[in-house]
Amino acid sequence: MNITIDGIQYEIKKNTTILQACKDAGINIPTLCHDERLNPSSSCRLCLVEVEGTKNPVTSCSTMVRDNMVVNTKSKDVIKARKDVLNLIISNHPMECLTCDKSGNCKLQDYSYEYGVAEGTFKGAKRTPKTDTSNPFYDYDARKCILCGLCVRVCDELQGTAAIGIENRGFDAVVTTPYNEGLINSKCVSCGNCVSVCPVGALSPKRQKYRYWENKKIRTTCSYCGVGCQMDLVVKGDKVVDVEPAKDALNNGLLCVKGKFAYKFINHPDRLKTPLIKINGRFEEATWDEAYRYIRKKVNELKPEYGADSFAGLTSARCTNEENYLFQKLFRAVIGTNNVDHCARL
Amino acid sequence: MTNSIEEITDTDAMFVIGSNTTENHPIIGARMKQAVRNGSKLIVADPRRIELADYADVYLQLKPGTNIALLNGMMNVILENGLYDKKYIDERCENFDELVNIIKEYTPERAAEICGVKSEDIIKAATIYGEADKAGIYYTMGVTQHTTGTNAVMSISNLAMLCGNIGKESAGVNPLRGQNNVQGACDMGGLPADLPGYQKVFKPEVIEKFENAWRVKLSPKPGLTIPEIFNGVHDGSIKFLYIMGENPMVSDPDINHVKEVLEHVDFLVVQDIFMTETAEYADVVLPAASFAEKDGTFSNTERRVQRVRKAIQPVGESKPDWQILMELMNYLGFEKKYLHPEKIMEEISSLTPSYGGITYDRINNGGIQWPCPDKHHPGTKYLHKGMMARGRGLFMPAEYVESAEMPDSEYPYIFTTGRILYHYHTRTMTGRVEGINEIAPSSYVEINEVNANKLGIRNGDRVKLTSRRGQIETTAKISEIIDENVLFMPFHFADGAANYLTNSATDPIAKISELKVAAVRIEKAK
Ligand code: SF4
Ligand code: SF4
Ligand code: SF4
Ligand code: FES
Repeated sequence: MNITIDGIQYEIKKNTTILQACKDAGINIPTLCHDERLNPSSSCRLCLVEVEGTKNPVTSCSTMVRDNMVVNTKSKDVIKARKDVLNLIISNHPMECLTCDKSGNCKLQDYSYEYGVAEGTFKGAKRTPKTDTSNPFYDYDARKCILCGLCVRVCDELQGTAAIGIENRGFDAVVTTPYNEGLINSKCVSCGNCVSVCPVGALSPKRQKYRYWENKKIRTTCSYCGVGCQMDLVVKGDKVVDVEPAKDALNNGLLCVKGKFAYKFINHPDRLKTPLIKINGRFEEATWDEAYRYIRKKVNELKPEYGADSFAGLTSARCTNEENYLFQKLFRAVIGTNNVDHCARL
Repeated sequence: MTNSIEEITDTDAMFVIGSNTTENHPIIGARMKQAVRNGSKLIVADPRRIELADYADVYLQLKPGTNIALLNGMMNVILENGLYDKKYIDERCENFDELVNIIKEYTPERAAEICGVKSEDIIKAATIYGEADKAGIYYTMGVTQHTTGTNAVMSISNLAMLCGNIGKESAGVNPLRGQNNVQGACDMGGLPADLPGYQKVFKPEVIEKFENAWRVKLSPKPGLTIPEIFNGVHDGSIKFLYIMGENPMVSDPDINHVKEVLEHVDFLVVQDIFMTETAEYADVVLPAASFAEKDGTFSNTERRVQRVRKAIQPVGESKPDWQILMELMNYLGFEKKYLHPEKIMEEISSLTPSYGGITYDRINNGGIQWPCPDKHHPGTKYLHKGMMARGRGLFMPAEYVESAEMPDSEYPYIFTTGRILYHYHTRTMTGRVEGINEIAPSSYVEINEVNANKLGIRNGDRVKLTSRRGQIETTAKISEIIDENVLFMPFHFADGAANYLTNSATDPIAKISELKVAAVRIEKAK
């Protein structure tokens, strides 16, 4: 079907939202409560656009395109309406960007910048602060919560746990667990999928401090279970300081507690850092050359006497394909035995 | 998996057996719950009332070790009620008559009796599975870690073929692989009789191919499996043992036996990222880099080969495993050098037909599912489309046989083991993450309230568990999800390790140990 957006005509598939149509056309519409994986909730009202023939602006995330629709995304009224939405939100938001972990990766900050909304003018009482820091991996700070509901919907619709909900209405609304029992005592399985989707700093991982502009992200595969979720390792200097799920992958932007939060073993002080050789029952640090020579000496002693089939190796379901390939090649081609197995059965 | 993870969303019915999916494959578990929302039916069979049971149309709390009876019972109902796919069987399968012959003995009543479930539930499960257009079966170690594991896997295939569910989108037979790259380790020839791509060492043409490629003489004699290797150390025929990234001192059955083996072997090399319980016994420990410190690929449970990318430098003097192995090969006189894992993948794809089209360039975005025979092949979303890989699908019916060790008056409880959400394998990694230890700090045994009351055990009491192989102390967790006379224990913990109790009796074909059934005694610790 045909639609006109900001004066230009586009050919659009049926069953497309105005938001998606704009995105396909390369036009950016601000959103706070939208996520393409979820049913629309139309709660933030930031994605407003004008549709000719309709009296009030509509939420583009939940309105389907119709043939010959004429949409304006940049009219004065639309811009004003969006500014009002932002104004209303930040009137009730602690302006703590200087110390907030989310700074540099916060949608509220970005849109306020884009629309030039510097402070909230709807003065009045701010909401009562209420935090939940009971979960060992992440915190909820209600003062920063903009009540977009994304966390609740992800936990319910995608993660399928439904541990949290929005309680109370209007001014006093907060995200909470049933009976306010605290996240750690709730059904929450610490997957962090709510944290990954929060557009502001309300749900934030307990993590080492870093700024979004001083890190790099490396896409890789989770090293825990066989699902093989795709994730970005967030690296500051020589340390992995955070993990974010990949959306354009089989895990569809989700991770479990292990993938999302169990990364601290990587830079753990217990990591083995040098080869060790046992001398008189005690491990002594050695160089790689010494370790390799020692192994070679043993191979050269044992092989002539007992034959290649007195050697055996357990390769690893933890290691890469390339490493498993080399391991069996070491045993088969270099040592000369097929005694290679691994814990596929565990 | 014959099919893909994303296909789960569109399935009509799911049958989850012996898999606590939401804890062990959480993202697949989440997909299953999404599929239920989407209208898919769900059948769950597991000795514990796991989370998925809450979403199930039928939940069967069967006794550990009775999977084959249940599967046979379901097939009996499907045959009786004509719910099978006759056309599919005629066109694509063979040995149907023998299946009918054996299955006819397994009435739902008899199966129910063996499994300790209601016959109506078996009928209901069979009807849901049989009536669904696209039905997928999902299983893990709850099916395989039995002395009858291979037969149970075949029974699953029988059921799937009976209803025409192999070679179809959003259906299939889907073993969910536990460890990140267990699929890849198998694909790459980490098995005693298999060179990469499951090419058999005992086939002369295979040996010739690899001899030409590697320019060495190779042994055509199949090697030993882990249990055989351990026995070999015991009887003195194995002198040298090299363990890479494995911790059998916690993960393997009958730890007392493993301990003797590690103490006894002439020379032990362990390569790992931490000083593990196993590495303590080594003569040489080689420090390896973690997955964040190296390049390479993992193959996930749906056969998707995906990139692992180096994010930081190896810590200390540790090195990526591939580099250690290459350097050791060089020290031992094999002069092949690889500048980067990509070069190793080039060699792999030249020798492994199913990886023939895998290159780092091609898998850069999202990976490719093997079989991928050449550089133009898009990969394979689901297997056996049109025809089985072997030609016709062969029905291999099996009789139910009891587990190797059944409860008796001395050891009256069935002891079963598994994983929990928060830990990974032997905890060498997750055990070093603070928050994880806060939530799941130590070993425990799940016991039903009725049994606990009878024995005067309260929640949190220390208890002593004894089997024919060993004894441990742990904490009792009274739980309503576990059946009467069954005890469940996660195997992750080295302290109070479940595997001191487990039985190392193995399946004769797959050589998998019966980790899911042992007979034990439980009492309050003094
Ligand atoms: S961590 Fe996961 S389970 Fe817990 S509230 Fe967030 S989304 Fe829900
Ligand atoms: S916590 Fe974050 S995601 Fe949840 S409602 Fe508040 S702002 Fe939205
Ligand atoms: S994030 Fe969780 S489900 Fe995904 S691969 Fe890692 S361990 Fe498995
Ligand atoms: S994004 Fe449309 S209403 Fe929030």
